[in-house]
Amino acid sequence: MRIRPGLWCSAAFVAVLVAMAAFPALFTAADPDAADLQATFAPPGGAHWLGTDENGRDLYARIVHGARPSLLIGIGAVALALLGGVAVGVASARLGRLADQVISRSLEIVLSVPWLLLVFLVVAALGPGSGPAVIGLAITSLPGFARVARAETIRLRAAPFVEAARGFGWSGAQVVLRHVLPNTLGPVLALATVSLGAMIVASSSLSFVGLGPQPPTAEWGAMLASSRQTLSVAWWPAVFPGVAITLAVLAVTALGRELHGRVEGRSA
Amino acid sequence: MSEPLLDVRDLTVDFPRRGVRAVRGVSFTAERGRITAIVGESGSGKSVTARSLVGLPGDGAEVRAAALDFDGIDLTGRPPWRALRGRRIGFVLQDALGSLDPLRRVGAEVAEPLREHRVVPSRQIREETVRLLTEAGIPGAETRARQYPHELSGGLRQRALIASALAARPDLLIADEPTTALDATVQRQVLRLLRERASEGVAILLITHDLGVVAEIADHVHVMRDGVFVEDGPAHQILECPRHAYTRALVGAGAPLARSRPGGHARTVLRADGLAKRFTLPGGRAVPAVDGVSLTLKAGETLGIVGESGSGKTTVGRMLAGLTRPDAGTVEIDGRRWDALGRRELREFRRRVQLIYQHPLSSFDPRYSVRALLEEPLRATGRPVTDKALTALLDQVGLPADVLARRARELSGGQAQRLAIARALAPDPDVIVCDEPVSALDASIQAQILELLAGIQDRRGVAYVFVSHDLGVIRRLSDRVAVMREGRVVEEGGIEQVFRSPAHPYTQELLAAIPRERSKK
Amino acid sequence: MAGILKTVPAGAEAPAGTGRIARLAAVRLAGSLAVLWGAVTVTFLVVRAAPGGTADVLLARSTVSPEIRAQLIAEYRLDDPLPTQYLTYLGRLARGDLGDSYALRRPVADVIGAQLPDTLVLIAATLALTVAGAILLAVAGARRRPWMRAVFGSAESLMAALPPFWLGLILLSVFSFTLHWFPAIGDSSPRGLFLPALALAAGPVAVVAQVLREGMLRALEEPFVLTARTRGISEAAVRFRHVLRHGLTPAVPLLGWITGSLIGGAVIVEIVFSRQGVGRLVLSAVQNKDLPLVTAVVLLAAVVFVVVNILVDVLNWLIDPRTREAT
Repeated sequence: MRIRPGLWCSAAFVAVLVAMAAFPALFTAADPDAADLQATFAPPGGAHWLGTDENGRDLYARIVHGARPSLLIGIGAVALALLGGVAVGVASARLGRLADQVISRSLEIVLSVPWLLLVFLVVAALGPGSGPAVIGLAITSLPGFARVARAETIRLRAAPFVEAARGFGWSGAQVVLRHVLPNTLGPVLALATVSLGAMIVASSSLSFVGLGPQPPTAEWGAMLASSRQTLSVAWWPAVFPGVAITLAVLAVTALGRELHGRVEGRSA
Repeated sequence: MSEPLLDVRDLTVDFPRRGVRAVRGVSFTAERGRITAIVGESGSGKSVTARSLVGLPGDGAEVRAAALDFDGIDLTGRPPWRALRGRRIGFVLQDALGSLDPLRRVGAEVAEPLREHRVVPSRQIREETVRLLTEAGIPGAETRARQYPHELSGGLRQRALIASALAARPDLLIADEPTTALDATVQRQVLRLLRERASEGVAILLITHDLGVVAEIADHVHVMRDGVFVEDGPAHQILECPRHAYTRALVGAGAPLARSRPGGHARTVLRADGLAKRFTLPGGRAVPAVDGVSLTLKAGETLGIVGESGSGKTTVGRMLAGLTRPDAGTVEIDGRRWDALGRRELREFRRRVQLIYQHPLSSFDPRYSVRALLEEPLRATGRPVTDKALTALLDQVGLPADVLARRARELSGGQAQRLAIARALAPDPDVIVCDEPVSALDASIQAQILELLAGIQDRRGVAYVFVSHDLGVIRRLSDRVAVMREGRVVEEGGIEQVFRSPAHPYTQELLAAIPRERSKK
Repeated sequence: MAGILKTVPAGAEAPAGTGRIARLAAVRLAGSLAVLWGAVTVTFLVVRAAPGGTADVLLARSTVSPEIRAQLIAEYRLDDPLPTQYLTYLGRLARGDLGDSYALRRPVADVIGAQLPDTLVLIAATLALTVAGAILLAVAGARRRPWMRAVFGSAESLMAALPPFWLGLILLSVFSFTLHWFPAIGDSSPRGLFLPALALAAGPVAVVAQVLREGMLRALEEPFVLTARTRGISEAAVRFRHVLRHGLTPAVPLLGWITGSLIGGAVIVEIVFSRQGVGRLVLSAVQNKDLPLVTAVVLLAAVVFVVVNILVDVLNWLIDPRTREAT
């Protein structure tokens, strides 16, 4: 198996991100919420690696602590969408033509509304915060999982190797356990990883417009939102959180694509 | 003999970046009015040779030759390729579906060389296109020109492709596998079309893997292997007294395998009675795929089922294996009916009829190693899963034990089919249904697989149902043959009897389409 | 059986092209109405199912007397049973009445109508930038050299990963605050349009370019390209007459999907650049729980999605004859 250096970097970066989200204290001793009005807008360097914001809070500490809400919302939304999507997709493939039609149409309805507006609708109904954000984002990415699960179920049911397994005398359940489920899992997990990247951008967009986790929680999108007011004074509060988001998305997406490539190569 | 139109001497084609020398010093000529053939299996370098003649050998290729002369033009220098291609040298590729641009009308594709080389004034292009299509034997050419490639049958597409290559009236026509994907009867019509063009004075260079095609129409034959010509001569000489061992293997690939077959009081293992199956099209219309087929199979014998695509032969094979439920009729194994069995019994009985597919890789779970693939049927049928059992299976099909650790997709086509056979043998079946098991393989590999199947039958007494579109392949292995057409069996009988005195006109047509059979007469 | 391909008999000529396109559009329109009706129903249910009831949501922040409360409930018929409310709602929509904004106390249609042109201009500019940029990038990068492909691939991955709101911030910071090339904030002149459109288009450009180029590279490997070359045509003719259309077939549906999602993207970019538009309107509506306004924008987006998808189907019908069988 060939692994490119870019892929190693991505994997390492994702590992660091997860560690930051789980144990932020390992990376910084500073309190992300400690304001220091003596040191507002300290430029990067010295005591503050990445500088400080308008309240004199350490940007590096805030970025480290911001990993958790960003990742949690993304992972929560993807997990919810995956479970719901696979259930809906498999049902669509197996319950007959009428169910398939009804489900496909319903998914089309979800797809017909831009994701941000759909989340807005949920937030308008449930109020701002992490929970509604997770639910809203999960609904927007559910159709993708449902489509993959449906297509895989249909493809595998007719695949010669599944048929060959039936020919050895396995029962229906054994064939599903041995061949159908494991082969569905690959494409679904690949999609989940790629979606996670999109979800990280989406959740930071929500915080940016003030509909995600509420202040003073350190969150990358929210940090960028507050930096907008002071853009003409200091550039660093507007740069580093964005770099964090971009790198996280790049790394996660690269892993997802690799996974996707392997799955495709295997079933081709 | 007149001056040759094309004179190739000591042609070499390298792919330095891949470290491959695809063509290693071949020499041949092509003359007006004659058909020169290059025969070889996949990877022999025959297609690269052909493409070098129009300056399109592929990315990163280096072409060298002592002489590469086309009608006085030196092709090794920097000849005006665009003026030659299409105008002086026409090129027909195999795979007629992919070789016409699917997003453009057939007429536009055929007319492209006309426009490019300004062969006729532009207001006559339409008329000329229709004339070319008609000349290539396409009925209703006016309408066909307005259709898209996917709306035409394979045979019509191939004719359109030939019409396009001949549109600017080139002196040389290069045809690379022009009949590969076609049914036997259509194949014959296309070959006749090429022969007609040759008799009008076009020089034809025919590239093929199929000696049968060569026997049909070629004047002179070169046999190519691993980038060199191993033998050449007039077509009849190559076919009747081949000198090189490789040529003999290719020529011999059609004759029945020499084996002593037991006489006929074996028990009947499989009996099908009045099988019928309909399929529903997307529009809701039901078409009968199989319509009243009855067959019997005795222990240890081989029943061939032959038919062209759409004849229903594969569906019959699947119903015999218990994978497709018939709409009407019954399948009995040892006198017991499939459909009367309970779930548990059905699973036990299913094990006794195994299936081998045309593309073995599709029948292997992509996640499995060779070891896992072989273990699965042993485990499923409650047999001991030991290294000894696995190597014994591999041994039967002539695969070394070290493939166990590998993945199936790393194997060659022939090896993968051997593995499929080993896996089918693992549950110790009474019957193996082979669905086009050698159609995707080169002739020399085909011969090896067929010999392997024959040897296994002699040793283990397993019965085969051998489904194929190729009567030549069927003949090599089968004791009896059933000829299918449009869902029905039109003729059935002992293989030699059917070959010697075919009763049904359709069988006669099929036999006539086997080039070797005709060349004997 | 291996490849039973449908063969159309020579006599069966298709009806005239324009007639078939009209039929295709009609069929799609009927399907789309079903989708729209579904979207209306879902938004209705979400809004009415909101915890606390609409009346409470509506009045949550305001201190009103019970009389006004009763008056509002009567006005919005909030005490009717749900099915009646639903039918009333459908009836109003059918007459083009989107209701009144709770917060602004004005008809929703007027409020949106005032902001719509700005947003549409932004979306149109973004689309133009996307198409031009994607074709440029795809054609420039459609080379066979592996390192060239790697360079273009990495650049596009980066562009696709950039959050549009952050890109907007950076563009503002560099080109407006530092270099003073473009007006800073809240400007609706054409010059003020460029940076927002750029921030919004970067991701779509990358994605569309990738799909377009992959389609072209795949087509270049197809045998029909070799056939075309053996006819003696030029390399430019190979690319424009044959290959480009094959790249377009997967890119057009993608572009349609992107157009739909741009309405969402516009919200964020309008906030970053403090531009007038539906985006800022809907955000403040969400913050105020102004449900009629939010619902109306959601429905508007669904309508745009539906219309764009019909266009995409018609375009694909024109480009790829193989899709015509289904109609």
